[in-house]
Order: sequence, then structure tokens, then C-alpha cells
Amino acid sequence: MKLLTCPMNGPRNISEFQYLGPVRLSPNPEAASDADWAGYLFGAPNDRDFQREFWRHTPSNYVFVAERHIGTGEVRRTYDPGEME
Amino acid sequence: MPLSLLKYGLSRDYPVTGDIPATPDLKRSYDVVIVGGGGHGLACAHYLAKYHGVTDVAVLEKGYLAGGNTARNTTTIRSNYITPEGIAFYKEGVKLYGEMSGELDFNVMFSQRGQLTLAHTEATLRSFHLRAEMGRHMGTRLEVVDQKGVEALCPRLNMDYGGPLEVLGGLWHADGGTARHDAVAWGYAREASRRGVEIHQRTTVEAIDVEKGRVTGVVTDRGRVAAGAVMIACGGANYEVAKLAGVELPIRCYPLQAMVTQPLKPWLDTLVSSVSLHTYLVQSSRGELVIGGGSDPYMSYSTRSTLEMKEHLAEGAVHLFPFLKGVRVLRQWAGTTDMTPDYSPIMGASPVDGLWLDCGWGTWGFKATPVAGKRMAETIAAGKVPDILAPFALDRFERFAVLNEMGATAASH
Ligand SMILES: Cc1cc2nc3c(=O)[nH]c(=O)nc-3n(C[C@H](O)[C@H](O)[C@H](O)COP(=O)(O)OP(=O)(O)OC[C@H]3O[C@@H](n4cnc5c(N)ncnc54)[C@H](O)[C@@H]3O)c2cc1C
Repeated sequence: MKLLTCPMNGPRNISEFQYLGPVRLSPNPEAASDADWAGYLFGAPNDRDFQREFWRHTPSNYVFVAERHIGTGEVRRTYDPGEME
Repeated sequence: MPLSLLKYGLSRDYPVTGDIPATPDLKRSYDVVIVGGGGHGLACAHYLAKYHGVTDVAVLEKGYLAGGNTARNTTTIRSNYITPEGIAFYKEGVKLYGEMSGELDFNVMFSQRGQLTLAHTEATLRSFHLRAEMGRHMGTRLEVVDQKGVEALCPRLNMDYGGPLEVLGGLWHADGGTARHDAVAWGYAREASRRGVEIHQRTTVEAIDVEKGRVTGVVTDRGRVAAGAVMIACGGANYEVAKLAGVELPIRCYPLQAMVTQPLKPWLDTLVSSVSLHTYLVQSSRGELVIGGGSDPYMSYSTRSTLEMKEHLAEGAVHLFPFLKGVRVLRQWAGTTDMTPDYSPIMGASPVDGLWLDCGWGTWGFKATPVAGKRMAETIAAGKVPDILAPFALDRFERFAVLNEMGATAASH
């Protein structure tokens, strides 16, 4: 079983986590065009590289950010969403 | 043994002919370059050559022929989708499968034995009624069957009466079936190469040349070739290959896994799938049970299996047919699927002139191999998208005109 390190609970089996997908910051509703919304809704970062993703540790219902390489599966860093730049 | 047979067998000019010629030298230019030698690319090449007289075509395949998702899929063929655009398209696909062995003079072992999808909840049953009405309206064979109907179609199924996964009914799709995936790809490849299409295996496209908004050729690891038109049909690599031309596709890659058991005597005539269990089964003509299910839970380009998913499939299969306990798994694998936001493919024009897309086939594209090939060939030959493909355009996302097939795709592909 793969492990993922939860910033709050430490290393846990991957089956304890729910994947919430790549981090995408919603556009400003005052300024966004239709194209911006389409990009936000449907566009997808899918490069064979590290990407920022939201994950949830289900037993503790804690959501955090992981930097994971979608080609190799390597997880470089996990941290609380408050630490996101 | 008759002497003539022995003589024939030992003869120096034993008349074996390879189905597909060895990879030739790359020419400097082709009318059409197809990137990706899976079922889709090969089918398009066949229809271009046979029906449109376009034979100056090169199919460029990074690995060996049809070794991508065409080799990895579980070969479910069906048209029981929910959108009218989707049903019309897949219905044509099923029809072409019916004619394929004749079309290609190659036995693709199309076996139209029907697909039974199980409902274990009221909500699923309601959605089946919706699909059945839609399917009937569009002229496919699709009906909701009750518990007795399910038992009659699949006598060995565990109905789980009174249990948490009681089978409440099913969606019976008499048009559903399977075909031999390698035969489909090889049949198209043989016919295409007979008419002059060049098939280049072990040839990777590394760059796509675009000048003034128009595609002019591709750069491969064996040199550059100019092209009048280029089609991308690269399965799990579609996002990355389109990006070589500066085209961003709304695709995310997820692994999809499957496995087969040891061969058993024939006992299962229909395709069976369960939405709640995320498991489906079919018995191949070799007697093996082919078992598939849902996608991996997170994005990845990995083509490795995981124990969790395999355990999950085994659990689902043993729940549906408890006597399978103890049957051994022979082979298991995964493929990278190019998932779109609405579970429908992306076919037709790209923002680059002359660059055509046959992408976003995710977990559901084998059944569309003939129809996508035929219709994309028509598109490339005429330089214009036919009506049946228009709804699948890349720009549907900007127009918020999505074709949501998520519910009709889950756990049966
Ligand atoms: C486990 C699994 C089960 C499935 N089950 C079903 C099912 O039951 N029913 C169904 O309809 N669909 C199913 N699918 C989906 C189906 O397999 C695919 O949608 C379909 O096979 C796609 O065919 P294709 O020819 O477009 O792609 P592929 O067969 O993947 O071919 C693409 C080819 O492009 C080549 N390529 C990639 N990059 C390059 C490059 N840069 N240069 C040159 N060549 C390149 C690859 O090597 C590959 O051979 C399943 C998929 C998987 C993984």
C-alpha cells in the first residue's frame, strides 16, 4: 500500500485519503470572462510534472495540499492550505 | 500425412506473407500524417485509403502497433448512452462492428451477446428508465428488466435478496457485445497497408511544426516529415502530443485497470456490470473472465496496477458470482486514459488549421474505433466536420455545450 504523509496525522495508507484534484484558484467573479470561467471549470493541468493538489484525510476530515509528480508518483511536500503561496 | 503437405511445409518459398509490411524509410512528405498507431489511427487510415482515395498516408507509432489502450481495453461495445448526440454516434459504431469482419476480410470475432447492467438501488433503477427511453427513442435496443428478467438473462448471478446489494433490476442492451481488439487493429492495418498506407512502428513524434496558424509537418526521432494534414490519435498521450502544437486539451490522465482469470468452461453469455460495485465481467472466447471496473482514484500517467484496485475488482466479481472464489487471476494491467470533463470524446478541428483531433477517448473509445475512423477520414478528406461529429468539437467547452456521459460511462466503459 502506498503511503501519503498527512501534515496533521503523519504517514498513512493512501486508502485513508480522498483525492480532491488539482488546486485551482477561482477567477474573480466581477472581472472573469466566459472564457476565464470555461478555463477554470474544464481546463486541466495535466503535465508530466509536479502539481499542487488538494487531498483530504478522511478519518480526521482534514484537507491539505500535496505537491505530487503525476508521472512518477513522487510526493515532494505536503502542507496546510494556509501555507499556500 | 500426404506427401504434398510435407512438401508444402518444407518448401523454401512457403507462402507466408506478413499482414503488415516492415517499416519502410520515411518519405520527406505525405498528404496525411496520423500520429498514433492504435485502433483509431489505423481505422482512419483504412477509411481514407479505401473510400476517399487518399493513400499518401503515414501512420506514425511510437511503440508497436496497437500496444496502447487498444491492447489494454476490455472490449465492451455498446451504445446505451444518455445524450442524443452520443447515442447517435455510438450506435453507428455498433453497426460498423457488425459489418467489420466482412469489411476487412478479417475475423474480428464480434460477439453481440448483449450487456446487462445491474441496479442495486432505486436511484440507479430510475436512471436506467431514463436511459432506456432515450435509447429506444434513438433506435437502439435497450430496456429495463425486473428481477425475474435479470435471473433469466443471468441465471448464476447472486441476486442478494434481502441483502444490502439486492439486485432490483437491470438495463438490458441487446446490441451490446465484444470484439477481438488485436484483430480490429490488425485488420485495419492490413487493409490500409494493402492500399498503400505506410505504417511506421517505433517512430515517435517529438514536435509538430506550425506556421502561420497552419500545421506543416512533424518532427520524429527518425527525421522530419512535411504533411498536408495531421491527425492526433495518441490515446493516453493526447494531451502531451496536442501540446506539441500549442493546443491545450481539457484532458486529465487517470490509470484504468483490468485483469483476466484462468480459462473456465463457457458459463456466462452476457456482459454483466454493476454500477454500485464498480465491476464488470465478460467471458472471452478463450473462456477467461475479463474483469474491469472504475478508474484509479487520482491522476497519474502510471501504467502499473495497484493491489487495492485489483482486490476491489476481485471483491466485486466474487460478490456477483460467489463460485468464482478460488479462481486464479492470470494477467493484470493498466492503461493511461485521457479523460475529458464530460466523458465524451473530442473530435474534429483544432485551433491549428490542418491539425485534426481524435482525442479524449478515456475509458470508452474502443467501441468507437470504426465510427471515429470512418468519420475522421471523411473530415480529413473533405476538410470539413460532418454533422454527426460536430457536437464533439473542442470548442464545446467554451460554449458550455458539454455532453455529459459520466453516468452512462461509470463501471462499464
Ligand atoms: C483497462 C482499460 C479498459 C478499457 N475498456 C474499454 C471498453 O471496454 N470499451 C471501450 O470502448 N473502451 C475501453 N477502454 C478505452 C479504449 O481502450 C481506448 O479509448 C481506445 O483503445 C483508444 O484507442 P486509440 O487508438 O485512440 O488509442 P491507443 O490504442 O492508446 O493508441 C494510441 C497510440 O499512440 C501512440 N503514441 C503516443 N504518443 C505518440 C507519439 N508521440 N508519437 C507516435 N505515437 C505515439 C501510442 O504508442 C499508442 O499506440 C479501456 C481502456 C483501458 C485502459
